[in-house]
Amino acid sequence: MIKHHLNDRLLMAYSAGTLPEAFNLVVATHISMCDECRARLASFDAVGGALIEETAEQAQMETGALAATLARIKSTQPSTRPDAPRPMRDVVLPEPLRAYAGGGVEQIDWRNVGGGVKQAILPTSRHASARLLYIPGGAAVPDHGHRGMELTLVLQGAFADEQDRFGPGDIEIADEDLHHQPVAEPGMACICLAATDAPLKFRALLPRLAQPFLQI
Amino acid sequence: MTKQDGGKWIALLERVAERQDAEAFAQVFDHFAPRVKAFLMKSGADATTAEECAQDVMVTVWRKAPQFDATRASVATWIYTIARNRRIDMLRRDRRPEPEELTWGPEAEPDQLDALMLQQESARLVSALADLPERQRLMIERAYFGDQTHSEIAEETGLPLGTIKSRIRLALERLRHSMS
Repeated sequence: MIKHHLNDRLLMAYSAGTLPEAFNLVVATHISMCDECRARLASFDAVGGALIEETAEQAQMETGALAATLARIKSTQPSTRPDAPRPMRDVVLPEPLRAYAGGGVEQIDWRNVGGGVKQAILPTSRHASARLLYIPGGAAVPDHGHRGMELTLVLQGAFADEQDRFGPGDIEIADEDLHHQPVAEPGMACICLAATDAPLKFRALLPRLAQPFLQI
Repeated sequence: MTKQDGGKWIALLERVAERQDAEAFAQVFDHFAPRVKAFLMKSGADATTAEECAQDVMVTVWRKAPQFDATRASVATWIYTIARNRRIDMLRRDRRPEPEELTWGPEAEPDQLDALMLQQESARLVSALADLPERQRLMIERAYFGDQTHSEIAEETGLPLGTIKSRIRLALERLRHSMS
């Protein structure tokens, strides 16, 4: 049962297409796991549709635009090739994430970052960064604050911090005001997708030195 | 948009999908292409680029007409999502991965009643949007059409970020209220 959802601001910006790629990826992944937010996104898309419909301003098309468009439709045959077969579902990674992680959960190229914690940086635009985190049961991610916004989506297992407990599908939206130390629940390792639009601020000395090398 | 209008666009799109009906397409084009072009120009495109991209959007409308599902979106909303994706390419914005498709049962027959309810709700949303206080409506429009984040809107308008956020929040509350 998902308890922590996307907020209006993220859903609206995802619908408008103005988020950095790393955040788009987190939103798309959460929606793949959460029917409630999928329905809310449909409402935000509907607002976009209503704006298109209702707008008083229209821009006249050039003379002959319809004929030109029809000519283009006729001249280029749509590809008759059937849609590519849908990839096998992965138990941990929803489809949008598989494309970034290079496949399923076994294909993730983990790097150790200390304390048993592993991460894999995902290829996104430089406006924000995304990474997968592997936190062994009972282990902690170094205490950190945020300069910008950080989104953390649980894919497997659960973690808890000063705010609450976050299980599969839950998303924590953290900003400048939140300093937290996520700890994975004992038992199954916790795998998360995290994205941030600014470097994290670590409190302890060691992680701060490590930060430039680990790109977190 | 009235309820009847919503039904009209669905019927026209069906004619395009099933019979490649150019006359039906012409009606959809006349209504939506100038709106899509205006949307693209508000995002900062010049008239020539917006014209070309609006034509692209309408080519996609023709091609994807068979995939349109009236139980999931109004025609205006569906065209909005196509135009939004075209704008992301046009402005070379960040990639926007799509959520995993829902897997439906074996070809569930589209439910007429669902489609009708969705049309009614879409029509109500259009009038609720038109009834918003001007400054709230403008903020929503900027957030969607202006290709701007809240901070960028703040920078350009000189309004404090808090004011922008609260106007958008109030607008959404009003829309929700009129939809409930």
